[in-house]
Amino acid sequence: MAKKEEIIEAAKVTAKKVAIKAAQAAVEAAEVVVDKAAKAMKEAATPVITPEMAKIPAGPLELKWTNYKNHQKLVNPANKRRLDIIVIGTGLAGASAAASLAEMGFNVLNFCIQDSPRRAHSIAAQGGINAAKNYQNDGDSVYRLYYDTIKGGDYRAREANVYRLAEVSNNIIDQCVAQGVPFAREYGGLLDNRSFGGAQVSRTFYAKGQTGQQLLLGAYSALSRQIGKGKVKMYTRYEMLDIVLIPDENGEKRARGIIARNLVTGRIERFFAHAVVVGSGGYGNTFFLSTNAMASNGSAAMQMYRHGAYFANPCYAQIHPTCIPKHGDFQSKLTLMSESLRNDGRIWVPKKLEDAKRLQAGEIKGRDIPEEDRDYYLERRYPAFGNLVPRDVASRAAKERCDKGYGVNNTGLAVFLDFSEAIQRLGKDVVAQKYGNLFQMYEKIVDENPYENPMMIFPAIHYTMGGIWVDYELQTSVKGLFCIGEANFSDHGANRLGASALMQGLADGYFVLPYTIQNYLADQIGVPRMSTDLPEFAAAEKAVQDKIDRLMAIQGNRSVDSIHKELGLIMWDFVGMGRTAEGLKEGIKKIDAIKKEFWTNVYIPGEANSLNNELEKALRLADFIEIGRLMAVDALHREESCGGHFREEYQTPEGEALRQDDKFSYVGCWKYMGEDQEPQLIKEPLDYEFTERKTRNYKN
Amino acid sequence: MDQYIDIKVRVWRQAGPKAQGHFETYELKHVFQGASFLEMIDILNEQLVAEHKDPVTYDHDCREGICGMCSMYVNGHPHGPDSAITTCQLHMRKFKDGETITVEPWRSRAFPVIKDLMVDRGAYDKIMQAGGFVSVNTGGVPDANAIPIPKPVADEAMDAASCIGCGACAAACKNGSAMLFVAAKVSQLALLPQGKVEAAARAKAMVAKMDELGFGNCTNTGACAAECPKSVSLANIARLNREFLAAKFKD
Repeated sequence: MAKKEEIIEAAKVTAKKVAIKAAQAAVEAAEVVVDKAAKAMKEAATPVITPEMAKIPAGPLELKWTNYKNHQKLVNPANKRRLDIIVIGTGLAGASAAASLAEMGFNVLNFCIQDSPRRAHSIAAQGGINAAKNYQNDGDSVYRLYYDTIKGGDYRAREANVYRLAEVSNNIIDQCVAQGVPFAREYGGLLDNRSFGGAQVSRTFYAKGQTGQQLLLGAYSALSRQIGKGKVKMYTRYEMLDIVLIPDENGEKRARGIIARNLVTGRIERFFAHAVVVGSGGYGNTFFLSTNAMASNGSAAMQMYRHGAYFANPCYAQIHPTCIPKHGDFQSKLTLMSESLRNDGRIWVPKKLEDAKRLQAGEIKGRDIPEEDRDYYLERRYPAFGNLVPRDVASRAAKERCDKGYGVNNTGLAVFLDFSEAIQRLGKDVVAQKYGNLFQMYEKIVDENPYENPMMIFPAIHYTMGGIWVDYELQTSVKGLFCIGEANFSDHGANRLGASALMQGLADGYFVLPYTIQNYLADQIGVPRMSTDLPEFAAAEKAVQDKIDRLMAIQGNRSVDSIHKELGLIMWDFVGMGRTAEGLKEGIKKIDAIKKEFWTNVYIPGEANSLNNELEKALRLADFIEIGRLMAVDALHREESCGGHFREEYQTPEGEALRQDDKFSYVGCWKYMGEDQEPQLIKEPLDYEFTERKTRNYKN
Repeated sequence: MDQYIDIKVRVWRQAGPKAQGHFETYELKHVFQGASFLEMIDILNEQLVAEHKDPVTYDHDCREGICGMCSMYVNGHPHGPDSAITTCQLHMRKFKDGETITVEPWRSRAFPVIKDLMVDRGAYDKIMQAGGFVSVNTGGVPDANAIPIPKPVADEAMDAASCIGCGACAAACKNGSAMLFVAAKVSQLALLPQGKVEAAARAKAMVAKMDELGFGNCTNTGACAAECPKSVSLANIARLNREFLAAKFKD
């Protein structure tokens, strides 16, 4: 009897166990299903931008732009006179757009934060501008420039845009020469070229080491001519603080003007236009220390973003390999040494750790290390391109050597850029003629003669490939709001090649936007000029005023710069050259803490309604904090390494970037969902139709 | 080797265009000589902000000697005591421990003070708008290599074109003349075949605008070229005079 009960009891226990196991399995299975469903739902919920939405014209690659121009809508001269366009910024993109639009007959209102349109930071570009002229008969073509740009961008740019860029590149050189830009010439009187990173042809046009200056002064001349004619109304020392959207008869919001602050008087003013074009540059100053000018900022981009314009690929930031290393905590910016130096300069660190240690201790100089003990690591790792590998590759290689302890200055964060071999081969005079002004600049800053001892360089934030998403017409996801130059995301993918920023800025401003904006404005000819007394203008102005009042009222203990420097260090450490999931999560937490610190403890002296530099900086920093966070969020989501975005989890055994084309071959667009809300991801798939995606190879 | 130095900075403070200005002296301790001059001003401003005082307003932007924004008279020289550089490229190693450094805004009737060290250089833009361009619209231009230009000519045009429009020339001139600025642009464009067509008209228009805006006359003292951060040559002024006379003869 007892046995029977025991058996029953045992059976019960077994049954219970089985049941529990089954239940557990069921729960697990259900969890998996729910997980999968959630993932699928999330995937399905990620909206997608189709080529039609991006307005990419149909047809073969080389005919897209021609077809577009042949079929786009135009605005006749009488109607052009009735349309006003606001252009923000006077860099290469802004100035060339403002001048070209005015020449065509539109009324242009052009704004810049400097005291003159000639001072935008495009002026500091040194090396040159690319074009597919093939003047050197070295096998260049529009297709090859297109291909190099797509490949250099690690296959993360839009094919149609890049092809158009290569196509109009030749017009830019013609235009600039006609304006009187004094490009370097050969003895026969024809234009000279040099080579730049990421290309095997010489297609870079240059004007000494001041190409950006000369191109910008060309655009500034054209702009000045239109200001003189009264076709452009120029507003210097004005900063845009918001964009005004007004719904049309169908309720669709369109950009119809801006709110701007007169930086001299502190007055907030309203301006109407039928369309708004923003060419405000990049957001590299999020890092505080960068090669950007002190006032370069990302606030215009954030204003667009908050109104619904997507922010695309914010994590794609370019770290330039050849900058003068940091020398102290008081440092305000980093100075770039032109990439053109890599034409003749050779980059190296010592082969032996003990030599590096002695260099770091200041016991020896670079020239004391014999040839056989030097490691020309770029030539060693990338025989085919050598010292002319693209910027992202060269920067990471420098970091790799310094991380291993081979750095050559007192901080261990520098490598040598050596001209001794070039001086032997070409003579000091030739080297001085080619690079003299750069050598002089180096000597003034570092107090060391680069003809006698190799220069020291280190990577620094230089350019942002990410930016506001635009369609093929350079229109953002907000109607009537256009974005050009570095401020948009379009043409460089995940990494920009040297001498291509000038090309893109001028392409957008001279040859693309003046066409495409007409396709929009053709439908706006019936829209009368609107009063800036409309409630939308009043509301926008009030919001700007409230934000300023809030900032002025904090009266805390920290200067704007001290908080900005802190943000910069976090960006460099956690969202810099080598990123990890863990680090990025940590970085986001730290950025959130900075935001809190800023909004509770910043101190701004003086009055808001007067000239107040500290207030200007504070308004910009408020936006840099948001951009920094967005960069980190984007970098965390992009689980691959491509171009300027290097996730340490995704690299080849040799330490090269490892793309995940099956998962991340898209433009990552972020949509603003409200203050302190996580942004929504929107994808524009990059289905390469015309070019085969390869692993970037600069080795052979 | 760069050291740490203690300095006094005597700065021109002026609340607004019509306000009465005055010098104010500030002490700065432990300034690294590797810092740039503007970084020294940043340190001073951080100190002032910490004391809840109004920081010194000054123009600056690129900090690599090319935008032309910075504009300070340092110890009696535009852009300071070093040659062929802008204020932002000046480093503290040019100063000695215990030194008192005097900092003023550009001195020129045509560049009125906005606040402290910041001046209004809009007059230079107006001169450019009067004729500092080649009259071509975007598009419809010949191939860039259609007109060969001898290398020495292109190089000379480039040297003239290296002007950054900072205003040091007019600020250095005892007459407050903008001749070097105007001459640089007139020369650059007159040298090149693309700009030659309008050379005489351009010279006339730009000089007329310069006179109208209250800049003084050129008496060939050469202070402008001596202080020019880009070493723009006085030869450009001779070329401007030739173009200007040619234009007058044509009239």
